[in-house]
Amino acid sequence: MSAALRDPRDRGGPAQPLLRVDRLTKHFPVRGGLLNRQVATVQAVDDVSFSVRKGETLGIVGESGCGKSTTARLLMRLIQPDAGEVVFDGDEVGHRQGISVSDMRRQMQMVFQDSYSSLNPRMTMAESIAYAPRMHGLGRREAYERAENLLSRVGLNPLQYARRYPHELSGGQRQRVNIARALALEPRLVILDEAVAALDKSVEAQVLNLLSDLKDSFSLTYLFISHDLNVVEYMSDRVMVMYLGRVVEAGPVESIYRRPRHPYTRALFASKPTLDPDRRTTEMPLTGDPPNPINPPSGCRFRTRCGFAMPVCAASLPPLDVPFEDAADDSHVVACHVPAAQLGHRTGVRHG
Amino acid sequence: MSDLALDRQLVSRADTQAAPAPGYWTSVGQRLLRDKTTMAVTLVLFAILFITLGAPLVTHYDPYAGSVMARLKPIGTPGHWLGTDETGRDLWTRLCYGGRLSLLAAILPVTISLIVGGFLGILAGYAGGWTGTLIMRTMDVFYAFPSILLAIAICGLMGNGLANSIIALAVVFIPPMVRVSETVTTQARHLDFVEAARASGTTTLQIIRHHVLSNVLGPIMVYATSLISVSIILSAGLSFLGLGVTPPQAEWGLMLNSLRQAIYVQPSVAALPGLMIFVTSMCFNLMSDGVRSAMDVRLNK
Amino acid sequence: MLLFAIRRLLQAIPILLGVSLVVFGLVHIVPGNPIDMLMPPEASPEVIAQMKAAFGFDKPLYMQYLLWLMRAVQGNFGLSVFNATPVWGQLVDALGNTFILAILAAALGFSLGIVFGMVSALYHGRWPDKLFSAIATIGVSLPHYWCAIVLVLACAVLHDWLPAQGMGDDSLPLYERLQYLVLPVITLSLIPMGVIGRLVRATVLDIIGQDFVGALAAKGLTRWPVIRHIARNAAPPVLALMGLQFGYLLGGSILVETVFNWPGSGNLLNLAIFRRDIPVLQATILVLATFFVVLNLLVDIAQAAIDPRIRR
Repeated sequence: MSAALRDPRDRGGPAQPLLRVDRLTKHFPVRGGLLNRQVATVQAVDDVSFSVRKGETLGIVGESGCGKSTTARLLMRLIQPDAGEVVFDGDEVGHRQGISVSDMRRQMQMVFQDSYSSLNPRMTMAESIAYAPRMHGLGRREAYERAENLLSRVGLNPLQYARRYPHELSGGQRQRVNIARALALEPRLVILDEAVAALDKSVEAQVLNLLSDLKDSFSLTYLFISHDLNVVEYMSDRVMVMYLGRVVEAGPVESIYRRPRHPYTRALFASKPTLDPDRRTTEMPLTGDPPNPINPPSGCRFRTRCGFAMPVCAASLPPLDVPFEDAADDSHVVACHVPAAQLGHRTGVRHG
Repeated sequence: MSDLALDRQLVSRADTQAAPAPGYWTSVGQRLLRDKTTMAVTLVLFAILFITLGAPLVTHYDPYAGSVMARLKPIGTPGHWLGTDETGRDLWTRLCYGGRLSLLAAILPVTISLIVGGFLGILAGYAGGWTGTLIMRTMDVFYAFPSILLAIAICGLMGNGLANSIIALAVVFIPPMVRVSETVTTQARHLDFVEAARASGTTTLQIIRHHVLSNVLGPIMVYATSLISVSIILSAGLSFLGLGVTPPQAEWGLMLNSLRQAIYVQPSVAALPGLMIFVTSMCFNLMSDGVRSAMDVRLNK
Repeated sequence: MLLFAIRRLLQAIPILLGVSLVVFGLVHIVPGNPIDMLMPPEASPEVIAQMKAAFGFDKPLYMQYLLWLMRAVQGNFGLSVFNATPVWGQLVDALGNTFILAILAAALGFSLGIVFGMVSALYHGRWPDKLFSAIATIGVSLPHYWCAIVLVLACAVLHDWLPAQGMGDDSLPLYERLQYLVLPVITLSLIPMGVIGRLVRATVLDIIGQDFVGALAAKGLTRWPVIRHIARNAAPPVLALMGLQFGYLLGGSILVETVFNWPGSGNLLNLAIFRRDIPVLQATILVLATFFVVLNLLVDIAQAAIDPRIRR
């Protein structure tokens, strides 16, 4: 982990988080009606705050639609946030005194889920990888040398693969190229948005190991987004759980996985099928319908499926129990009104 | 894309292990060469191009010189193998020279609409928002006219002549061109690799040039080619109505009109200009079909 | 659904306004005064001034436009410059004649197109497919005015089977009058036949390729019920295109009508161009374009009624 700190671009030393996200918010308007006016809002990402330490892997888990991918796109500024700030190594992104979006993009890159559509079908692998460095001013020869180096680093022989087209490669190979492409600008932070979700299990394992190797060799920091709990457990140092656009729980991976505190997190882990007869499911399964992201329930968004819901849950949104600014990096925080829920004392299902 | 093509040479070393797979455009070319219909049609088009542009090479007559005594001679007359028209001019000569204006009147409007319409469409598709909506709504007004009607309205109200007919047809073709380019660009814009390019911090112009254009120009060019076959018929139609080229110039549509009266006297001769229009239009149609299917092959075979 | 229809209607209004602007504006793009084109060169300045006032050409442009538009929506397009009869009356008669042609050509072209398209698709790759696809392609690439001439040549000039021109007058019995219809209708039906044929073929092939057709066959359905299923799925885009083609038949009949001297709106347009009869010209173009817009509107609404995905 200390390798990340030897980066010449490092500005704040080990204590400063590489990425600090504060109250990030994005609401999408839903249009309809006679004049296409806005009739509703999808609260895709709501008041999300977290930080990423240098050299760590922060995992983000949640069901589809919880806002993980939107968060990733907000960080890369592919979508403009409605509110909140993003601070990269001490510099606020988009701020005049801080760091510009394009400069940030040179230090933060992203790998997408669909390996095929992430690559221009008309460009060879080498061209795709060399594209960004060339656009940023690197000469042709150097850019292509860098592309070939990266190809071999990700396990693809450049003699064989540099001049191939996306349709000639398998999914796993293409995803390796996508990783190489993300590394072409020598970023410090790489966001992996469901990067292994579309791969077969055996290929997935190879790619995950590759990612771990690369993290060490290149002194990278990862933001690992996935809905696959096992993969996140394998890769992450810390984990953040999202539900309907909000953070419900966050903390070190062992703590989250062994002692989950939020009812949603516990239900999520309980739904993992396991072959171990000693680990039978004792948790109450998730009940109720998944709520509508357009009209989330008032107060705590999970309350309609929560067995511990209290009247207070409908009245106000629960904040993280330790405020974000005060949290030590290793603390295990949760956003829930009901202490009993966090300790696991059941009171029966109540739908409100 | 030519600088990227040069770059491929930088990457090559002694590579005897695996021959690089053919690039996309190369494979398109290979498929085209195997497509007999398209090849045949392209040959015919080249032949037509040859006899029109190289008219002095295939005929020695003057397209404007006629002799009253040689009026409306039938096909097979010695010296005039396709006969003569109503003022005694050799028909084969008139067809060859006429092809120049017919092809010009057909291809130039499509070219203009490709440049103007393509630009507007790509702009509307990539920028989206108010710009896009404004452009598309303006095009909708012109879409309200059936094409022939719009062309005739412009020519009829502005006056006849070759220039006006070219302008009229360009105006008729710009809206569909804008619509096609906008659709294709919008699709391309939402593809992941364009997002990835945006995420890598490159400028909009660079993204359009390297990622969007190469994926968008193909369908646009195919559409333009298919428009040519329509354009030939429309421009000849305008001349047929007297709204395009004026006599005594040679042009297929105009010839069709002036020879119309001759169907009672020399029917075979009267039908010939139309045959040229038909064959040329059909060839462009089939060629654009062939190019489209060559480009459209599912790449994951 | 109703909301969609109303929204679509509201969208059509600015389009119609734009159309009227274009029609009005085209006349004034021409350099030179419209009056100068109508008057003989030796006319005195006072007469010219009088005519200008009578036609309203002395008022500012936007006033002329508004006046023209106001009268137009009431059906008053003024008098024809050529023969001083009301434009509206002439237009309505002419439109009626074109309508006859359009309906018949549509019926013929659409039915042939559907049959050819279905057969091509069902016998994909074999000789019926190649034959009918070729026919459809020819139909689309053929300059129909040339085809008209060839037909006239074959049927009226070389052999005396059918009349070459006109509509026949009222004194003739119905049977004979119908003869005048044959050639124009056949000519006009060629393009719709080709266009619809190609679309039906492509759509049906697309549907056949989808898995659910295989599922139907596996359920044990025999030929005809499967074809009915296919037809129901292929219907929406084909119906939409038919609507558009009908609009083209109405608005784009000028070339065929010119050859056959059929007294329809296209012929009227042609004559008006050569007589520089501006009022008739403006009125005809405006009415035909309006028809087209309304037709598009109806087609869109009908499509949304059938296919809920379109309602967004």
